[in-house]
Amino acid sequence: MMELSMSLLLPLTFLLPLAGTLILSLSNGRLGECASATVGVTSMGLAAIVTVLIALQYIAEPQAYGVTLWRWISVEDFQPSIGLALDGLSLTMLGIITGVGFLIHLFAAWYMQGEEGITRFYAYMNLFVFSMVLLVLGDNLLLLFFGWEGVGLCSYLLIGYYYEHSANGWAAFKAFIVTRTGDVFLAIGMFLLFFELGTLDIAEILRRAPEVWAEGDPTVELAALLMLGGAVGKSAQLPLHTWLADAMAGPTPVSALIHAATMVTAGVYLIARMNGIFLLAPDILELTGIIGALTLLMAGFAALAQTDIKRVLAYSTMSQIGYMFLALGAGAFDAAIFHLMTHAFFKALLFLSAGAVIVSCHHEQDMRRLGGLWRQLPLAYAGFIVGGSALAALPLVSAGFYSKDEILWQQLASGHGGLLLAGMVGAFLTSLYTVRLIILTFHGKPKSDNARNAEAGRGLVHGVPLIVLAVLSTFLGAWIDPPLENLLPAPAEGEESWHLVLELVAAGVAIAGIAVAAWLYLRRRGWLAKHTSMGWGAWLWTFWNHAWGIDELYDRVLVKPYRGLVRILRRDVIDGACNLFAKLAWLLHQGLSRTQTGKLRFYATSMVAGATLILLALALMP
Amino acid sequence: MSGVPMEHGLVLAAMLFALGLAGLMFRRNMVFILMSLEIMLNSAGLAFIVGGTAWGQPEGQAMFLLVITLAAAEASVGLALLLQLNNRFKTLDTDAASRMRG
Amino acid sequence: MMLVWLILIPFIGGLLCWQFERLGDTAPRWIALGTMGLELLLTLWLWWGGDFQLPEIAGAQASQWVLEFRAPWIPRFGIDIHLALDGLSLILIALTGFLGVLAVVCSWKEIIGRVGFFHLNLLWILGGVVGVFLAIDLFLFFFFWELMLVPMYFLIALWGHSGTQGKTRIGAATKFFIYTQASGLLMLVAILGLAFAHHAATGIYSFSYDDLRNAPISDELAMWLMLGFFIAFAVKLPVVPLHGWLPDAHAQAPTAGSVDLAGILLKTAAYGMLRFTLPLFPEASQAFAPVAMTLGLVGIFYGALMACGQQDIKRLIAYTSISHMGFVLIGIYAGTQLALQGVVVLMVAHAFSAAGLFIMSGQIYERLHTRDMTQMGGLWGRLGSLPGFSLCFVAASLGMPGTANFIGEFMVLFGTFPIAPWVVAIASVGLVLAAIYSLFLMQRVYYGPAKSDEPLEGLDHREYVMLLGILALVLFFGLYPQPLLETSGAAMHEIQRLFTDPALTTTILPTGAS
Repeated sequence: MMELSMSLLLPLTFLLPLAGTLILSLSNGRLGECASATVGVTSMGLAAIVTVLIALQYIAEPQAYGVTLWRWISVEDFQPSIGLALDGLSLTMLGIITGVGFLIHLFAAWYMQGEEGITRFYAYMNLFVFSMVLLVLGDNLLLLFFGWEGVGLCSYLLIGYYYEHSANGWAAFKAFIVTRTGDVFLAIGMFLLFFELGTLDIAEILRRAPEVWAEGDPTVELAALLMLGGAVGKSAQLPLHTWLADAMAGPTPVSALIHAATMVTAGVYLIARMNGIFLLAPDILELTGIIGALTLLMAGFAALAQTDIKRVLAYSTMSQIGYMFLALGAGAFDAAIFHLMTHAFFKALLFLSAGAVIVSCHHEQDMRRLGGLWRQLPLAYAGFIVGGSALAALPLVSAGFYSKDEILWQQLASGHGGLLLAGMVGAFLTSLYTVRLIILTFHGKPKSDNARNAEAGRGLVHGVPLIVLAVLSTFLGAWIDPPLENLLPAPAEGEESWHLVLELVAAGVAIAGIAVAAWLYLRRRGWLAKHTSMGWGAWLWTFWNHAWGIDELYDRVLVKPYRGLVRILRRDVIDGACNLFAKLAWLLHQGLSRTQTGKLRFYATSMVAGATLILLALALMP
Repeated sequence: MSGVPMEHGLVLAAMLFALGLAGLMFRRNMVFILMSLEIMLNSAGLAFIVGGTAWGQPEGQAMFLLVITLAAAEASVGLALLLQLNNRFKTLDTDAASRMRG
Repeated sequence: MMLVWLILIPFIGGLLCWQFERLGDTAPRWIALGTMGLELLLTLWLWWGGDFQLPEIAGAQASQWVLEFRAPWIPRFGIDIHLALDGLSLILIALTGFLGVLAVVCSWKEIIGRVGFFHLNLLWILGGVVGVFLAIDLFLFFFFWELMLVPMYFLIALWGHSGTQGKTRIGAATKFFIYTQASGLLMLVAILGLAFAHHAATGIYSFSYDDLRNAPISDELAMWLMLGFFIAFAVKLPVVPLHGWLPDAHAQAPTAGSVDLAGILLKTAAYGMLRFTLPLFPEASQAFAPVAMTLGLVGIFYGALMACGQQDIKRLIAYTSISHMGFVLIGIYAGTQLALQGVVVLMVAHAFSAAGLFIMSGQIYERLHTRDMTQMGGLWGRLGSLPGFSLCFVAASLGMPGTANFIGEFMVLFGTFPIAPWVVAIASVGLVLAAIYSLFLMQRVYYGPAKSDEPLEGLDHREYVMLLGILALVLFFGLYPQPLLETSGAAMHEIQRLFTDPALTTTILPTGAS
C-alpha cells in the first residue's frame, strides 16, 4: 500500500510543474498576467504539498523508495530507465526545491507584476523546477544528466528573460557555455563509468565501484575528477565560476531560486550522491576541498568590492558553496548538505529582500545610489538583518552558524589545518561584506531620488515568503535535521573537547568581522572612500571589483582566439581550396576563349597556319 | 593530247589556290571572300582535271562534276548569308559579324 | 510488389501534379500532399505489420530482409530490379514520407510560380530517395542515386533564392550537381570494379548485394573499392574536405529543398555507408576506421567553427549539419551495436531538428525578406509563438536531453567510448561548440533591441501544426526512442556482426589470390 502511493506521489513532484509549463506554453499568450501567475504558483504549491506527503511517509518508514516509469533506452546492456529513487538525500533536496521554490514563485507574483511576458516567466520557472526535481530524483546518471542540462537551459532562458538588452542575452549565453563546459566533463565521466562498470544506475555504480577499484586507482581518480569538473561548472567554483556574477541579469526571484538556492548547489548534490566514487579517489576529494577554499576566499574578496546588491550576493553564494565544497573535501558529506539547506533558506531570503528593495526603489540596484531605506522598507530590512546574520554565522541565533560551524569543525577533525584557516578568513570576510551590504543599502542618507521615493511592497504575496524564510533562517531552521543517517559515509571523528574551542573561535571571528565592518562603514566612511580611490587601494578595489581579473584572462586566452579563428575561417578555407579546381578551369577557359574572336579571316588564317604546320611536320618527319 | 605538261597545269592550279587563299585571308568584303572561295574550289577542280588527263583516268572528271555541284551549293548558301549580313549589319564587312567571339 | 509501389507512388504523383497544374495552383499541392501522405501511411502500415525483432538464431544464411522483390532488368550483366526492406530502410522511408509531407506543406505559400513542375521535382526527389533506400542491386542503387540529383538541381536552380556575396542559385545548383555527380561516378567505378572482380573470380556477372558481399577480392583491391564508395558517400554526408556544396545549396535552395536536403538526402549517404561500405568491405573499413573517425572529428569542429562565423541564417544551419554528421560518421565507424543504433536515432533526430530549423528560417524569411542575421534581432516579442518553437529546435540541435538528438549523440558517444575513448573525449568538446553556435543563432535573431515596432504576422494554423508535429516527434523519440531501436535493432546487429567479425561471414582470399 505504502509502495503504491509512493509510486504515484513521486512522479507527481515533477509532473505537476511540467503540467504548469505545458499549460502556460500551449496557452499561446491567451492567459493574462493573473491567470499565468496562478497556474505557475498553484502547480508549485501542489508539488510542495506532495513533497510534504512524501516526507511524512518517509519519516514513518525511512527506506529507499524506487519507481521505474519506463525503460528509456534499451540496447544490449545499456539500459537506463526513467526511474526515480528517493532516499534521505534526495528528499532533503526535494524539500528545498519545492518548498523554497514555492515561496519564491509566490514572491515572484509580486515582483513581476506589470511586467511583460509573465506567462513565459512562469513557464520557464516551472520547467526549471521540473528539471531540478528530475536531477535529484533520477536513479541513474543519464536521467540525472537530463535534469542537469535541463536546469542549465532554464537558467539560460531566465537570465536572458529581459531580451531587449543584448547584454542580458550575452550573460545568459556565457552562463550556458561555461556550465556546459563543466557538463562535458560530467558526460565523459559518465562514459567512463559505464565503460568500466557496465551500468548507469547510481546505486549499482556505488555498489560495484569498490569491487572493481582499489582506493586511489587512476581510473577511479579520473572518473571522480571528471565528475568534479561537472560539479565545479554547475556550482560556480574556480575555475568555472565566472558566469554566476553575470547571471544576475535575470529577474531577482530567478537569482534567488536558481542562482542561490537550488541549481548552483547541484554540484554539491552530485558529489554527495556519488560519494562512493569520491571516497575511492582521496586525491580528488582533497582537490575538492582546495577548490572550495580558494573559491571562498576569492569570492569573499570580490564581494567586498562590488557596488551592485545582487553581485554582492552572487559572490557570497560562490563563497558559501565554497564552504560546502570544503566540507565535501573533508569527507563530511552531511555537513555539506546541512549547509546547503540552511544556505538555501537564508540566501533565498537575502535575494528576495534584495528583490523587494529593488522593486521598491524603481529598479535601482546600485548600492551607491541607495541608502537610508530602513525606515521605508522595514520588512526588507528585517529580512536583510536575519539573512545577513545567518550569512555571517552570528552565533547561536542564526541557522548559518550551526552549519558553518559543523564544516569548520570537520576540517579540524580531519586534520586540514590550512583549509580551516581559509575557512576562518572566509568567515571574517563574510561578516565584513554582509555588514557593508546592509549599511550601504539601509543606513546613511538616501543617495538618489529612487531611494528617497521608495514604496514598500504590500500584500500577503510579498510578505509571507519573506517571513517564512526569515523564520527558517534563524536557529529554528537549524532544527530541521536532514534525514541523512546511514546514508552518507560518516566523517572523521575528532577530539570533542576541541569542538567547543573551535566554536568559540569561529563565533569570535564572526563577531569581530561584524564589529570591524560596523566601525569602518559607520564611523570611518570618509577614510575608506579616500583609500579606495587612489594608490594601491584603488588598484585593489578595481582588481577585486573585477573578481581578480579572471574574466579578462579568459577573454584573452579563450574568447579572443576563438573569435579570431572563426574570423579567419569565416570564408570557409577548405571550400576555398576545393574551389581552386573551379578557378583553374575558369583560367583555362579564359585563355582558350581568347582564340574565339568571331572574325572570319582570323579563323581562315589560323586554319591555314595549322594546315601548314601539319604539312611541315609531316614533310620533316623522318 | 600532250603539249601542256602536267606540271604546268598543277602549278597553275597551285597559283590559283594560293591567290584564292590570300583573298580569303585578306579581304573583308564578303563578296570577295565568296569569290576567293570559288577560285579555290575551281583550282582544286583544275588539279583534278589535270591529274585525270595525265593518267587517262575518268575519276578526275567525275570529281570535277562533284566540285562544280559543291561550288554551286556553296555559292547559293554563301549568297544567302551575304544577303542576311547586309540586311542585319548594313555592311558587307565580315569583321562586323563577330558576335560569336568567346 | 509493395516495395515497387513505394517507389512508384511518388513518381506517378509527381506526373499527376504536373498535369493537373492546369486546374489551378492548389490542385498540385493537394495531389502532392495526398501522395506523400499515402506513402507515409503505407510505410507506417508496413511498420505496424512487420516483425523486425532480432531473429533467435542469426544464421548467416537466414534472410535478413522483411520484404523482398526481384525481377530481371538486364539479365546479360546479371542486373536485377532487386528491392528489399529491413528495419533500417523502413525507418528511413517513413522519415522520407514524413519530411515529404512537411516539404509540401511548408512550400504552400512560398512557391508561387510553376507549382506543378515544382511538385513534380519534389516528388521525384523523394521517389529517388525511396529507391535508394530500397535497392540492393548495386546497379539499381546507382541508378536511383543519380536519379535524385537531377530534380534537386532544378529545385535549387529554378525556385531558389539568390544569395549573399554574389552567389547565385544557378551557381549553387551547378556546384551541387558537379560535386555529387563526380562522386557518383567514382562510386560507379567502384561498383563496376567490384562486379568485374566478382566475374573474374566466379565467371558470373552479378550486381547483387548478396553475391558481391561474398566476392573474393584481394585486400588491396578491397581498400581501393572501399575508398571509391566511401568518397561517394563522404561527399553526400558531407565529410569535411568535401563539404563545399552543402552551405551554398542550402542557402540558395527553397525551404522545401533545404528540408529534403538536410533531412533525407544527407541520410542516404549514411545509409549507403551502413548498407554497402561496411558490409561489403568489412576488413578494409575496419582498417580505415581511424581515418574516418578523425575525419568525423574534423567535421564536428570545422562545422561548428564555421557555423559561428556565418551571417546568413540558413548557411549557419547548413554548417551545423556538417557538425552533426561528424557524430554520425564516428558512430558508423565505431561499429558497436550501441553506436550504430545511436546513428539511426541521430539520423532521424537530425532530420527533425534540421527540418524544424529550416522551416523556421523560411518563415522568418517570408516575414522579414532577409536571411541576414545582422538585420534581425529583438524578434522575440514580434513573432508570436515562433520564438518558442525556434528555441525548442535550437535546444534539440545542441543535444538537450529530452530531445531525440540527445539520445542519438549520447548513444553514439557511449558506444564509441570502448573503441576509441580519445575520440569520444574530443568529440564531447564539440558539444560545447554546438551550444555556442546554437545560442549564437538565438542571440542574433531573438535577443537585443527590436529593430522596429511594427508587429509581424504570427504563425497561422498550417505553420503552427507543422512545427508542433515535428516538435512532438522530437520529444517523443527523446523520451521513448524504443520504437526506433527495436525496428533497426536486427539490421544494425547484422552490420555490427559483419563489421566487427568479418572472418565469420565471407571467405576473403589472401592478398593476390584473385
